[in-house]
Amino acid sequence: MSAAAVHSLWTTAATAAPIAKIDAPKIEYGQLSPSLIVVGAALVGVLIEAFVPRRSRYYAQMLLSAVALAAAFAAVVALAADGYGTTKAHIAAMGAIAVDGPSLFLQGTILLVGLIALFTFGERRLDPEAHGNRVDSFAAQAAAVPGSESEQAAVKAGFTTTEVFPLLLFAVAGMLIFPSANDLLTLFVALEVFSLPLYLLCALARRKRLMSQEAAVKYFLLGAFASAFTLFGIALLYGYAGSVSYATISQVVDGTVTSVDPALADTMGNDALLLIGTAMLVMGLLFKVGAVPFHMWTPDVYQGAPTPVTGFMAAATKVAAFGALLRLLYVVLPGLRWDWRPVMWGVAIITMLGGAIVAITQTDIKRLLAYSSIAHAGFILAGVIATSKDGVSSVLFYLAAYSFVTLGAFAVVTLVRDAGGEATHLSKWAGLGRRSPLVAAVFAVFLLAFAGIPLTSGFAGKFAVFKAAAEGGAVPLVVIGVISSAIAAFFYIRVIVLMFFSEPRPEGPTVAVPSPLTTTAIAMGVVVTLVLGVAPQYFLNLASQAGVFVR
Amino acid sequence: MNPVNYLYLAALLFTIGATGVLIRRNAIVVFMCIELMLNACNLAFVTFSRMHGNLDGQVIAFFTMVVAAAEVVVGLAIIVSLFRSRHSASVDDASLMKL
Repeated sequence: MSAAAVHSLWTTAATAAPIAKIDAPKIEYGQLSPSLIVVGAALVGVLIEAFVPRRSRYYAQMLLSAVALAAAFAAVVALAADGYGTTKAHIAAMGAIAVDGPSLFLQGTILLVGLIALFTFGERRLDPEAHGNRVDSFAAQAAAVPGSESEQAAVKAGFTTTEVFPLLLFAVAGMLIFPSANDLLTLFVALEVFSLPLYLLCALARRKRLMSQEAAVKYFLLGAFASAFTLFGIALLYGYAGSVSYATISQVVDGTVTSVDPALADTMGNDALLLIGTAMLVMGLLFKVGAVPFHMWTPDVYQGAPTPVTGFMAAATKVAAFGALLRLLYVVLPGLRWDWRPVMWGVAIITMLGGAIVAITQTDIKRLLAYSSIAHAGFILAGVIATSKDGVSSVLFYLAAYSFVTLGAFAVVTLVRDAGGEATHLSKWAGLGRRSPLVAAVFAVFLLAFAGIPLTSGFAGKFAVFKAAAEGGAVPLVVIGVISSAIAAFFYIRVIVLMFFSEPRPEGPTVAVPSPLTTTAIAMGVVVTLVLGVAPQYFLNLASQAGVFVR
Repeated sequence: MNPVNYLYLAALLFTIGATGVLIRRNAIVVFMCIELMLNACNLAFVTFSRMHGNLDGQVIAFFTMVVAAAEVVVGLAIIVSLFRSRHSASVDDASLMKL
């Protein structure tokens, strides 16, 4: 080979055709504004941590986060009012994000949940003042070893972990993208973006820090394990379809793919890759949802994490993860429903029964609520199985109703305290109704909503989900759902009886007087619970308008 | 060489990683096994990319690396804070919350 010929292997003559221009991607910034606002605010929050003096950080962060979440919610409402939820629903950002009814509905829910969670994050009157400084539920300095001198010094200096606010915003941003992701890569990145801040938030409790760190390690290791499964599932689905786009995969599943280049035609369409990949991907999502066999992390993490974080995690993660699961099963894999429906039947049944039965034996209020959240994941799965438009809208409604009840219930848990911080052991809640009738009554409302008693949002949600499931041909599932609701009602009512009909113990806990922040959070929970219970029709209509995915 | 062999290798590495997560006790080793699983995913992505003749898989591999790096930052922070307060990184010792 001559020198010139070798040279031409890696160079090109200047006279040859110019390299074709690469088209810049077209991004619809307006339609992505909810997530962009939240991400932007989170980045500003990081800068605040770096440059604003420590004294004023708390106020700056609270203001920034509240404004950002409210602005993002306003953007969602504006998009929905503009018709992006119904007639103008389409796929934005070069096929990466779907802007449609379910995603706008879930984004709105997540933003409101985030805003209320922000109020509980910012609460500074529950813990007694440390050296004249008001403190919140988060560690003075997360890096200081619990009980060490450096921790005492940090407490004395009045440090607070204001980093929780940007972390909350990052988690919310990931959750906004998760249910609207329209390709598997975006799905995975969004999953990690909302998971990583949650792992950190779990480790930041002010009291019981060893438990908090333990919860974070468990959540992190199991969460990373589950996301590795998710990723391998994505790899196999990519191997199956030759693309990670939802639309292409669903076309390949249905066998209606229009144009395939020859190189791809030989390698795609292997059913083993499809089935194993789907199983692994769904496994990862069911882990986030907290469905039985993948629920082991839930009670430990819910118990160990700081209670405001638990409330946020319990409410918002479920909304985001069920949104993604719905989109995956309804948009990507409807052609595979004869394969996934039986599996989901099984998962729903053991989740409902397992959560309800194990909850009976619990003695810690946070663990009890954790198992109740597992049972609720089972009820929502019953709606997912319906594979109908009603199934989607009932799940959307249930998620909205459930998330506010959960936030409110965990906010009440932060109020009941003794010398060691929150008094979460059930025996300490005995006679709470005699000491603080209002707090006990509010908690009873939330428990009745969890149990699904009429005139609360829990009843409307359960009714919608079970109706959709029965119409979708899952009558046995509904029967089991009603039975496990009855089992679950037993332990909710038991807590109510404990609060109102037993003698208060002399060394029992006190109920702290919260600032307007937590009061607002709890009041919002009660209002939404009662409004969705007494007059659910408007919101059911809203959910049913929003119940159509874009492909 | 037939690229399918790389898929078998990826599956094998993933299985080794998953087994390690289940049987090892040290949190750091468990975490390394998770990283092995993520790298197995990367190998699968790149192999499928080669087989399909499109670049999606290679691009995804870069995203996976970035995500894995972010996960290392968060994970090591959590594991180190646990180790400093307990002087042990064993996942069996972390059992304050049992039924």
